[in-house]
Amino acid sequence: MTDLPEDVILSVEDLQTHFVFRGFVARSVEGVTFSLTRGKTAAIVGESGSGKSVTSLSIMRLLSSPGQIAGGRILYRARDGRVLDLARLSAREMRRIRGREIAMIFQEPMTSLNPLFTVGDQIGEMITLHQPVGRAEARRQVIELLDLVEIPAAATRLDDYPHQMSGGMRQRVMIALALACRPSLLIADEPTTALDVTVQAQILDLLRRLQSELGMSILFITHNLGVVAEIAHDVVVMYAGRVVEQASVRTLFAHQKHPYTKGLLASTPNPGRDLAGSERQRLTPIPGTVPSITALPPGCVFEPRCGYAIPECRAGRPPLFPAGPDHFSRCIRHEIM
Amino acid sequence: MSATPAQDSAPLLRVEGLKKHFPGRNGGVVRAVEDVTFSVRRGTITGLVGESGSGKTTAGRCLLRLVEPTGGKAVFDGVDLFGLSPHEMKAYRRRLQIIFQDPYSSLNPRMRVSGILGEALDAHGLARGKQRPARIAELLTMVGLSPEHARRFPHEFSGGQRQRIGIARALAVEPDFIVADEPVSALDVSVQAQILNLMQDLQQSLGLTILFVAHDLTVVEYLCDDVVVMYLGRIMESGPSRSVYARPRHPYTKALLSTAPVPDPDFKRERLILNGDIPSPLDPPSGCVFRTRCPYAGDACAEIVPPLDPIGPSHASACIRQTELVAAGIL
Repeated sequence: MTDLPEDVILSVEDLQTHFVFRGFVARSVEGVTFSLTRGKTAAIVGESGSGKSVTSLSIMRLLSSPGQIAGGRILYRARDGRVLDLARLSAREMRRIRGREIAMIFQEPMTSLNPLFTVGDQIGEMITLHQPVGRAEARRQVIELLDLVEIPAAATRLDDYPHQMSGGMRQRVMIALALACRPSLLIADEPTTALDVTVQAQILDLLRRLQSELGMSILFITHNLGVVAEIAHDVVVMYAGRVVEQASVRTLFAHQKHPYTKGLLASTPNPGRDLAGSERQRLTPIPGTVPSITALPPGCVFEPRCGYAIPECRAGRPPLFPAGPDHFSRCIRHEIM
Repeated sequence: MSATPAQDSAPLLRVEGLKKHFPGRNGGVVRAVEDVTFSVRRGTITGLVGESGSGKTTAGRCLLRLVEPTGGKAVFDGVDLFGLSPHEMKAYRRRLQIIFQDPYSSLNPRMRVSGILGEALDAHGLARGKQRPARIAELLTMVGLSPEHARRFPHEFSGGQRQRIGIARALAVEPDFIVADEPVSALDVSVQAQILNLMQDLQQSLGLTILFVAHDLTVVEYLCDDVVVMYLGRIMESGPSRSVYARPRHPYTKALLSTAPVPDPDFKRERLILNGDIPSPLDPPSGCVFRTRCPYAGDACAEIVPPLDPIGPSHASACIRQTELVAAGIL
């Protein structure tokens, strides 16, 4: 269980997460494989139903019934140097990792914070739970954390209740909570989706700064390719529970080797390109909709919506092909892309 | 740009000094929309853009009097909508329709699609009797669905398909003007592009005039001829999309544009990251409402409520330091 390269902090191998309901199996995550380099940010990008959030909940072992990890490994290099398979850790062992080594932030900070306690109490609880410190010391650390996430007047804001704060401030509090035990790995599940763009920019800036200061590795879950371009070093594109393409951020945006990634990029408005003198442009949508995870097409799951599809695409589930150095595509026609 | 001859004639809608105040706690007043003035040219799409709390949705709803305005005028084809009796307004709703953001909560789950569209037709006594099924089939085809979908219930559709039903319902009464209130915000990116293209096609084929309310400036850039940028209930900048995007002339617009994520890791730009959050509309800053987050705010900004000054062909900016900032190469 120690076959993990030195610079890799997390390696997900052939992960299968299923939801079993009345004998009916929804394979939400089917054979997902990727790894995260220490100190870097990997983004999982996908639309609703792609399995990106279920992947992150599987890593955190926060799946609720009837969800369960049905196969694969989640190798994580712990701070003491041991390589653990999170998929097989006991609940008790996992509790020692969760929060202390791997922390998570969510899309909607309001539902993740307790409205009945001040933010100082909530962050303080996290500190006293994991460290043998008294109240005064915990309060000092809370102020330090709120300063770290750039909450102005931290010494007074810690006595605020969540409802007294704006969405951006609450997300900062969530980040402070996550950082309380200086985790090695932060899983951020759509942390800026509920925020306005000007506030999103602040939070992305903050995460980048924290990463360079604390050397934290980040797994960033998002549906927004613009955000991916801003924050990620490596990108995993998911569709209908599968990884369809994987590459470094530069490679992915320069040469997409999967029609879904190409389509997603063509659907995304790009404020960077020059419109001057040109006709008003149109976006190129992907036809149709994401298939239901319980009624997937035979063959390639993207085939019914794919402009490049040929009859062979229906023959079987394509494997992940190498499509260049550190570049993978789950498309039998990746060579013509 | 789609240069139809009708574009240069009088605007189809002219909003003047629109105000909407809500009673706040402890006798306070929430000034959700304050002194908003803009025009929507016939046969064009105008984007009404702002972040949460900017008042864009309230402004859009006031135009249809789904929310009763506190003051101002909305002159639609020569008639002030705010001066109409509720009965007269109902007749006008045949000409003004709305598409809502959430395609899940805006369709009655207990009605079939035929019933949802039929209700819209009934409200104005259109396509009665034998014409009804043909009209419903026509509407569904127009929005890219098939006539067989009429028998289904909303839960049988995906989000994008539901939004198409919402659009078909708005089109059922053959309106001239549509307020589209964040119609793609709840949709996945690949589907969002489908709906944006559909709206663009319908606007052109039916000659519609659309007020497109959105928080996403990049989406507006693709769709809109003109853009109105709101912040905390007031207009910061308005003008033709081309000029506003090429050269924003208000620090807020510049910040919005410079922080929109660009799907290109090699794209380099000067970013203007604002401090803090939008202040509470219960207690807006004095003078310019944007000054508390503006990196260029001076003392005078706290004193003067900046007027929306013309700065170019149908381009206006509400910043007292605009000329100065342009001269300094900042805007």
